[in-house]
Amino acid sequence: MNLAVNGTAHELESGPLTSLLDVLREELGITSPKAGCEQGGCGACTVLVDGEPRRSCLLPVGAVGEAEITTVEGLGTPENLAAVQQAFTHHYAAQCGFCTSGLMMAAHAYVAHGGTADQDAIAEALGGHVCRCTGYVKIIAAVAAVARGDSFDLATTAASPGMTNIGGVR
Amino acid sequence: MASAPEMVFPTSPADAAAAFGDGSGVTVVAGGTIVMPEISYGRLEPAKAIMLTQAGLAGVTRDGTTVTVGAATPIAELVDLPAPLGPCAANIADREIRGQATLGGNVCAGAGHDAPRGDLQGALLAVGATARSAGAGGERSEPLDDFLANRGGRLLLDVSFEEPAAGGFAALDRPHTHDYTAMAVSAARAADGTVRVAATGAGTHGQRLLSAEVKADDLAAAGDAALADVTPHDDALASAWYRSKTLPVLVRRALTQLKETS
Repeated sequence: MNLAVNGTAHELESGPLTSLLDVLREELGITSPKAGCEQGGCGACTVLVDGEPRRSCLLPVGAVGEAEITTVEGLGTPENLAAVQQAFTHHYAAQCGFCTSGLMMAAHAYVAHGGTADQDAIAEALGGHVCRCTGYVKIIAAVAAVARGDSFDLATTAASPGMTNIGGVR
Repeated sequence: MASAPEMVFPTSPADAAAAFGDGSGVTVVAGGTIVMPEISYGRLEPAKAIMLTQAGLAGVTRDGTTVTVGAATPIAELVDLPAPLGPCAANIADREIRGQATLGGNVCAGAGHDAPRGDLQGALLAVGATARSAGAGGERSEPLDDFLANRGGRLLLDVSFEEPAAGGFAALDRPHTHDYTAMAVSAARAADGTVRVAATGAGTHGQRLLSAEVKADDLAAAGDAALADVTPHDDALASAWYRSKTLPVLVRRALTQLKETS
């Protein structure tokens, strides 16, 4: 059985009823999808299957077929972050980071499908994702920024004492 | 897994029915949203698994006023259908799960470990849906009520129904972190004027609220009458007490929508 992940074809040893999550993490060593609840309730394992956000813990790898899998590793590079990665950084939309991979994949798909900066629409699109650091306000702000097409100077974000995106913190 | 399961990837409904046989020892996998945790946690070790992804059982088709929904149709494709089915589908879990989970898995789900399952059962009962299934003795079409009461050993192929003249759907609200709806009520008026009311989450599977139906013209009476049709239960999402207090409210809300849309 073959699997295409982030533009690379892999020959798999796992059986077809192995979850896509286990194949990515255990067999291929691609660890951005997180094993949270492993029953579809948290969204930490969300990856893109032909551009659509799906829970990799609920998807038997045998059902993936020819579809292309995209994970955070396929979004951008440290030198050339994707827009959603820049926005999450700029807006401090991650705390512990466990939910961040899944949220960024869902956010990337939301914007790629023409999603707007409307807060209710963003909340609906991300509704399957749980952040236990209670960071939804900044996450939604980050996704709205991507939808608007904001651009960021991340060097300034990290260094500036006068940054306006994180109130009261110096 | 103890040993590798026999895997079958049927490419037509007839192939799927043949592979299913009488269903003994067979695990059916479509969207995987219910069965995959069972497998991953080791509670289920399939001897033979039938993957329905390419079985030609997905899609919504219309013939006049008759709507037919294939069992492997993702729930996301149902959200634009008329009430009560569309709003019921849109209320299931979240966007990602709706894109993956299928009508067949939802309708055929057994009672959950700690929360109700089968959200679509109530809406489909309200529109008087017919279930077409395969299994021992061959293909069979029957009212969904009958199918739900005796669905062991059956492979659901599709459901069909006449588009209702009016519909209503009311559910207990839930935090976004809870996938399952604690309780919901669907109501529909057929073209011939027949009103059907059904609930999900008021019992172990979806059921008609026959006592509410006969009083459908009197909202308060219909809501109270519905309690005679159910045996509310405790689970992780709601107590039997809470369900008995809120069922009449949901019945009234669903029937109010029915009046407003007719």
